Amino acid sequence: MMQTVPIALENCAKTFADGTRALEAVNLEIAAGETVVLLGPSGCGKTTTLRLIAGLEQPDAGGRVRFGADDVTALPIEKRNVGMVFQSYALFPNMTVAENIAYGLRLRRQSAAEQRARVGEMLALMRIERLAERSIDQLSGGQRQRVALARALAVQPRVLLLDEPLTALDAKLRDTLRFEIDSLLRELGITAIYVTHDQAEAMALGDRIVVMDHGRIAQVGAPREIYQQPASRYVAEFIGTMNRLSGHADGEVFRCAGGYVAWPALPAGAQEILFRPEDTRIAADGEAATLHGTVGAAFFCGNHVRLFVEVGEAQPLVLETPARREYRHGEPVALAIETHGLMVL
Amino acid sequence: MKHGKLLLSLQFAFTLAVCAFLVVPVVMSILAGLTVNYFVGLQSGLTLRWVFEVWDAYRDTLFLSLGLALACLALTLLLGVPLAYLLARSRGRLARAIEELLMLPVAVPGLATALGLIVAYGGFAGFRTSAAFILVGHVLFTLPFMVRSVLAVLSVIDLPTLEEGAASLGAGFWQRFRDIVLPNCRNGILAGALMVVTLSVGEFNMTWLLHTPFTKTLPVGLADAYASLRLEIGSAYTLIFFLLITPLLLTLQVLARPRRQSFAAPDNTIENAS
Repeated sequence: MMQTVPIALENCAKTFADGTRALEAVNLEIAAGETVVLLGPSGCGKTTTLRLIAGLEQPDAGGRVRFGADDVTALPIEKRNVGMVFQSYALFPNMTVAENIAYGLRLRRQSAAEQRARVGEMLALMRIERLAERSIDQLSGGQRQRVALARALAVQPRVLLLDEPLTALDAKLRDTLRFEIDSLLRELGITAIYVTHDQAEAMALGDRIVVMDHGRIAQVGAPREIYQQPASRYVAEFIGTMNRLSGHADGEVFRCAGGYVAWPALPAGAQEILFRPEDTRIAADGEAATLHGTVGAAFFCGNHVRLFVEVGEAQPLVLETPARREYRHGEPVALAIETHGLMVL
Repeated sequence: MKHGKLLLSLQFAFTLAVCAFLVVPVVMSILAGLTVNYFVGLQSGLTLRWVFEVWDAYRDTLFLSLGLALACLALTLLLGVPLAYLLARSRGRLARAIEELLMLPVAVPGLATALGLIVAYGGFAGFRTSAAFILVGHVLFTLPFMVRSVLAVLSVIDLPTLEEGAASLGAGFWQRFRDIVLPNCRNGILAGALMVVTLSVGEFNMTWLLHTPFTKTLPVGLADAYASLRLEIGSAYTLIFFLLITPLLLTLQVLARPRRQSFAAPDNTIENAS
């Protein structure tokens, strides 16, 4: 059984030696057994946050990192008992797969028999038994990924840290491994912190997502919450696709270039309303539509058509509609928007 | 077709001619060391007499050269490997400058380096007359070769990440250095060792100034023999040099051969595993 712990970052800022401010003072609590995904574009501070938790970086004065009741701020990574999976996997080319997995156990002075048993267990867990005696340069990307996970888990770490572990793989394999990592984390019940720039990966894996922007936490929440109630335009636009109409509020009606949208809860003075593609649809025949535009582009995706509709805004509206009928460029369309999906940020 | 064949034959002939140009002097020299009288020619008969004479007169230079080469190797390992590691870990301008400066003793004529050493340290009689004086010169001259070849290997692998990986598993600095850094620059170290030993054994122009009558190395003895004794003795000396250096080089060459690499399986084999 993994001895898993909650993690707390208190006032953790990071300024590098050259004066670059990578992270503003961040506070974050992660429950034991929880999977938290740090999400954001490159340079947002997500990797720095992970490295602070790992012990590969020290926070600026005043910052504290706690594993359960232990203050580990002053401990280097080798004393924190974490498992870490790197983007480039960092497998040792001078050792076989089995030796890589056993390395952490060897450092803990486990007996040869204990090491063998644990390595066997890990190989079985990751279903790579037949790779045990291979050298690292004989492995494919996906196999390296599994070895890296097995090696990190073999030492029964208090927390598992994953730094963009799927980025180096192709799309199809990424899907398979994402599913496997998800089941693995749930099965082990270990506290896991996962860094990615891929919002689909974040939504699939995270119990909670921490969206980061320019060294700050933009929002923390469950994937559904982040998607449906984004705290800012930055979060709204980083997660999924967001449609936007600009214009002005006129009582309970929002007027824009393409017509108007009726919304009883419309805040007075709103100059912009936002909504998701799935809350946007082509109006049914005979429905009294209030928003009109023309088809800018239509991408046939098999089960649906992704439509880009020009409504006189800087960006066309995006929606997905059943592929039963064909849409031609320039064709006039009437749109309806689900009121419950409207938001102002 | 005919034209192509002719061209090929010409290329082959040219290659043979170049090989002969290089190999003939070696064979001549070896034969000269084994003939009774070089000026009479091979019909005077073959003998090992000259080889034994050289062995009796110059055996010490041979052992001194070997000893110097090994000591030089030990020092360049102790200094060069950590230095290469430090240079590989630091990306600063200072590190690059040190890397360039290290090549100076190779670029500057050996005579100049030797003179510099004599001017600076020639006054310390005990040091000046010992073999250690030559050793210092050899280390100066060979260190860049060790540093460069280790650095070349280290800059190909992502050393910082490998070390972080080891640290995450609980390895402290020395454990990482022993288990990760050293094994992964093994080929660079061996290639460097090969260079250091060969250069040290064969080094003449710096050693010629640094040596004393009691600290003659093999190449210095060789020059001595050619200058003052029969051609046959000088040639027999060269033969001994060959016998010494060839097995040494072959051994190091075999050790330094890169580990066999095979191609990674494509990623779809993973599906079979699951």
